[in-house]
Amino acid sequence: MKKIMTIAAVIVAAGFVTSAAAQELTGTLKKVKETGSFTVGYRESSIPFSYLDDKQQPIGYAMELCMRVVDAVKADLKMPGLKVNLQPVTSSNRIPLLQNGTIDMECGSTTNSVQRQQQVSFGPTYFVINVTAAVKKNSGINTFADLNGKTVSTTSGTTSVPLIKAYEKTKDVAVKEIYGKDHAESFLLLADDRASAFIMDDILLAGQIANSKDPAAYKILPESLRQEPYSMMLRKDDPQFKALVDKTVGAIMKSGEIDKIYAKWFTSPIPPKGINMNFPMTPPIREAFKNPNDKGVQ
Amino acid sequence: MGGLDFAVIERALPYLMRGLQYTVQLTLVAALGGTVFGTLLAMARLSSFKPLALAAAGYVNLMRSLPLLLVIFWFYFLVPVLVQKLMGWELPPRIGPERSAYITFIMFEAAYFCEIMRAGIQSISRGQVGAAYAVGLTYWQAMQLIILPQAFRNMLPVLLTQSIILFQDVSLVSLLNVTDFVGAAVKIAQRDSRIVEMYLFVAIVYFIMCYTLSFMVKRLQHRIAIVR
Amino acid sequence: MNFGIFLEQIPDEGIAWWQNLASGLGWTLGTAFFAWILAFTLGSIIGVVRTTDKRWLVRLGDAYVELFRNIPLIVQFFIWYFVVPNVIPAVKAWVIAADPTDFQFLTAIVCLGLFTSARIAEQVRSGIQSLSQGQRNAGYAIGLTQTQTYRYVLLPMAYRIIIPPLTSEVMNLIKNTAVAYSIGLVELFFRTREMAEMTFRYFEVFAAATLIYMLIAFSANRVMAFIERRVAVPGYIGGGK
Repeated sequence: MKKIMTIAAVIVAAGFVTSAAAQELTGTLKKVKETGSFTVGYRESSIPFSYLDDKQQPIGYAMELCMRVVDAVKADLKMPGLKVNLQPVTSSNRIPLLQNGTIDMECGSTTNSVQRQQQVSFGPTYFVINVTAAVKKNSGINTFADLNGKTVSTTSGTTSVPLIKAYEKTKDVAVKEIYGKDHAESFLLLADDRASAFIMDDILLAGQIANSKDPAAYKILPESLRQEPYSMMLRKDDPQFKALVDKTVGAIMKSGEIDKIYAKWFTSPIPPKGINMNFPMTPPIREAFKNPNDKGVQ
Repeated sequence: MGGLDFAVIERALPYLMRGLQYTVQLTLVAALGGTVFGTLLAMARLSSFKPLALAAAGYVNLMRSLPLLLVIFWFYFLVPVLVQKLMGWELPPRIGPERSAYITFIMFEAAYFCEIMRAGIQSISRGQVGAAYAVGLTYWQAMQLIILPQAFRNMLPVLLTQSIILFQDVSLVSLLNVTDFVGAAVKIAQRDSRIVEMYLFVAIVYFIMCYTLSFMVKRLQHRIAIVR
Repeated sequence: MNFGIFLEQIPDEGIAWWQNLASGLGWTLGTAFFAWILAFTLGSIIGVVRTTDKRWLVRLGDAYVELFRNIPLIVQFFIWYFVVPNVIPAVKAWVIAADPTDFQFLTAIVCLGLFTSARIAEQVRSGIQSLSQGQRNAGYAIGLTQTQTYRYVLLPMAYRIIIPPLTSEVMNLIKNTAVAYSIGLVELFFRTREMAEMTFRYFEVFAAATLIYMLIAFSANRVMAFIERRVAVPGYIGGGK
């Protein structure tokens, strides 16, 4: 039901945005018009969504989609010289920084959840992940149940934190959690044997592993704690800007252009080290591209 | 972990230096701003107008009882929203972490500099104030021409020592993802998995800088002591 | 604004939010308490050493103080938490075997303890040096050894004189425990941020933390003032009150 409504919203929005210039601006677009600048929040180690290359510039799959939105904002407001600021954020400060106006849109690896939708709004789902664990191959850990009594690392502020707690409760498994401030730090705790597993979204784990000194030493467990959609995060109650985002990203998905962008980041070598994520499109991702929607996970 | 690889520092040096530059800049601005506001606060605390003295004392005691980290987060997350609510704007203003850090450190350090300046002002004998009024100077003239210059000179070593502490405290902004010296080092350390080398490097650089600075302050202290 | 949030249950944990904050407060106070014992002991020894007539001991004490005073606290935390286990294999082996919470707790105590000890050493040294040479000589004159002179003459005086600066060091120590959140210690500031992130009630949560920190600072201040009054030396500043 919600999906249908979202699609309806996109269609309505498509007609609505074209006439936005004639309409009175509200929300983010109004602010952008007045201040002449737009701020994109990015992540520093969410490979390959949003991360720093060797020149410390943010790049990635999410960044590429967001920059298309920025282009659309420029065109819509007829402001080709719009100043675009880039602001690094973390899992734990991205929501307050969006709410308090520090950033206007977050482009990274943010799970679209129903709970978060009470605080913020999301663009169309651009990726679907499974929350799982990375372990060292020589650790002998093959399932989540093997983690009983072990130490696991995760990144504070992510949806993995409550998921682990819920899993412990339902499966009667006890683990000790340690928190990294960002994915790189959480992974480091695993690499250093300080934690037996790093519990996080599969694609982010794959990114950290691919970027590590010895990628062959790690593996990702086949189990999944939950499937979650990713999207860019926008301020809540800002229909004009959301419509523009939905229309822009939705068009990329519908036209099939998304396949090229996806291939560039997930099945080809990416900067800075030329690693290849080798992560072909899964059925849920294909489905999300076919029917652009902003449905959150429960 | 393998052997240590200090070449990673060389490669990242321009980035680290930019971080260090921000650290120094933030320290200088906060020290100057903190001294100015701190002096005003000190004058307010010593004012005979009770509500003003109480308000200043309340502010100073509040700031001094809170961890700097908590204050940094208050300013970073909540001040834009408070401004929005107060001004009745549709959206909060974009302050951003860099500007937010400047405001935070000036406001926070003002409380500490206030206590130093208060001691400085109180170290000047009351007779001088009386003398200043006797020759017809107003309160502001007396402060500006007679009291504050002496208070400032007497307290200079303490002010500088506090500034060195401030220089170290600035590193806490790295937890806001600001690329100060420590923030830059953390990012490189994590990206290249070279934690040991980067953190040791940061510690050594800070040590050399702070040690040299406090050595200079000590020398200055001796010189001022003679003048006095 | 809704302060009822503190009474609400945390999903999947079976406790209310206020209990989570209270447990954070417990870690904060526990860390500060043990770090203070370590800091006071070490700081006293090093402070005393710096006033003896053994040149090399004085140098060593000075070096210790300079080392811990001139490196930012957060960098010291990173060194203890990330660097030390990586360069000392024995520590690493122990870290892997130990409960991570224990290691975070111990790291915080050692880091804050040594950091604060350098400051206390400085206070103890200046306290002893503020006493007139006559007191030391008097001790020697009645046949006390150097150790006895320190034990019965110099230290009892010096400690009482430096109570005000020690008070600020206690408060600084408590405030500095917040930095331990950077290594994942679940102290008050960690719990504050965690609650804010999960409930999105930033204003209420930060307001509560502010209030708690103010109360701690106020109580610490009162306790130290009480001690100060009890042990005041007649004739010295504060002693006449």
